[in-house]
Amino acid sequence: MKTYDFDDKYIINLDSEMAIETDNIQVSYGKNQAIFNTSLKFPRFKIISLIGASGSGKSTYLRCLNRMNDKIATVDGKIMYRNVDINDPKTNVYEVRKHIGMVFQRPNPFSKSIRENIEFALKENGIRDKNELDERVEMSLQDAALWEEVKDELDTSALALSGGQQQRLCIARSIAMKPDILLLDEPASALDPISTSKIEDTVQLLSKNLTVIIVTHNMQQASRISDYTAFFHMGHIIEYNETRKIFTKPKIKATDDYISGDFG
Amino acid sequence: MHPKRTDKIATGIIYTVVFAVVAILVFLIGYILVNGVPDINWHFLTSQAQSFSAGGGIRDQLFNSLYLLVLTLIISFPIAMGAGIYLAEYAKDNWITDIIRTSIEVLSSLPSVVVGLFGYLLLVNQLNMGFSILSGAIALTFFNLPLLTRNIEESLNSVPGLQKEAGISLGLSDWKTITKIIVPEALPGILTGVILSSGRVFGEAAALIYTAGQSAPSVSYTNWNIFDPSSFLNPMRPAETLAVHIWKVNTEAVTPDAHAISSGSSAVLIIVILIFNLGARFIGNHIYKKMTAAK
Ligand SMILES: Nc1ncnc2c1ncn2[C@@H]1O[C@H](COP(=O)(O)OP(=O)(O)OP(=O)(O)O)[C@@H](O)[C@H]1O
Ligand SMILES: [Mg+2]
Repeated sequence: MKTYDFDDKYIINLDSEMAIETDNIQVSYGKNQAIFNTSLKFPRFKIISLIGASGSGKSTYLRCLNRMNDKIATVDGKIMYRNVDINDPKTNVYEVRKHIGMVFQRPNPFSKSIRENIEFALKENGIRDKNELDERVEMSLQDAALWEEVKDELDTSALALSGGQQQRLCIARSIAMKPDILLLDEPASALDPISTSKIEDTVQLLSKNLTVIIVTHNMQQASRISDYTAFFHMGHIIEYNETRKIFTKPKIKATDDYISGDFG
Repeated sequence: MHPKRTDKIATGIIYTVVFAVVAILVFLIGYILVNGVPDINWHFLTSQAQSFSAGGGIRDQLFNSLYLLVLTLIISFPIAMGAGIYLAEYAKDNWITDIIRTSIEVLSSLPSVVVGLFGYLLLVNQLNMGFSILSGAIALTFFNLPLLTRNIEESLNSVPGLQKEAGISLGLSDWKTITKIIVPEALPGILTGVILSSGRVFGEAAALIYTAGQSAPSVSYTNWNIFDPSSFLNPMRPAETLAVHIWKVNTEAVTPDAHAISSGSSAVLIIVILIFNLGARFIGNHIYKKMTAAK
């Protein structure tokens, strides 16, 4: 494998309004450090892709942003969200996760009906009003581009849906909480091209109202949908720039090698 | 040897062994049923046992067995549930957990006679509970707890970790996620385990002889005051169960029809346990289908 100098990096200077930013994040699984001082800023209402080889730490980094690494890994550094360091141990993590939603690589709907999948967390958060619940179910399914397909079978089991539909249901379930930020960890990697393109359309629509950070192995996908792209290598951020620039004129040799397939 | 031939021989041996096991089982159950079922009739199921004359029934023993089972489950299920949830969801991989697991394993391999004698010394004598349904239920709890805990832990572990992540990522607490998502999903497995363990509890005799006692004093099935010694619901009364009754009839009964009573009782016991086992499969499958909407 080629070796690259981790100090040779490029991070774009951004000064628009930020949805979330990390300041010198370090993550270790026991003695094994997976992310090295990573400082990135994510602008509001944009789509940001995280790319990099398998094991480069994309998921690890993403999961820090809504504290899903609690109990799994030690995370040092600051994560600023609305002027609060949400990596502080005193932060109410449940509140954080309501504002910063997450969708995983493998669809994981609950073994409940489609409607209950969406209503469940809402009810647990004290929303009891039937009209409000119905409205949220419809809105979120519309936004996830699933409404037309399931509106007549809301009370059947979610497990009877196809993989692609299940994944859009998971997105709907997340956005029903009205989050500010949506974290997606390879949401389309287990899906066929048609489902994938549906999810891409959904993500682009969603970014009108929220910020999306998406991990992907698919470089066409990154270049199709995202505004900014961050390239990770062995736990280090190597390059963070506008997507167009990263894919046309990468500034760092490692990035160039990776996107041209001449890597390792 | 030729691999194909080895394979053939191995398969042959496996089939033979399986066939032998099934044959023994069918023979045993068949023997008990063929001998016992002719002795079962309405009178047998609904009348009191007789000490000296023929024509006694098993009404009280049958009820005692069921009542004892219910009490045992009331005591052991919450404990096993708590322990199972702790082990599956909260326990860290460390020496404390190792000790807990080893203890459960040791407890599960304890012979039931030992559990019974322990119950006799501790509950009946030391704690002055006498031969009573409660003493029996607590002894059966010791006997039931390890397997039930293990079963619940395994059922919870078989729920994919992704389900827990889904709940947590929606801002739910661990506890909410476990109780409202993981446990319902594990329910078919848990229920199957509970019913199967019910069968074991129902057929247990050794742990009860010295705890629930060997006598079935006559009780009134219309007296609902559980504090009244003659009430059928009083947990402090001695209670001979069906399994104990079979043992006793075979060792010391003087009634002329002892053999028929023993055969009939055995058949009833086996039938109830079969119902439990088949019921466990049926209910487990049914709930699973309902939950997953597998079409
Ligand atoms: N739960 C875990 N426990 C221990 N080590 C882990 C854990 N999860 C990830 N790691 C390690 O952290 C490093 C980064 O893994 P991570 O899953 O973040 O990579 P990734 O970029 O998401 O890879 P992929 O593209 O394959 O999903 C790897 O070396 C991995 O072995
Ligand atoms: Mg990953």
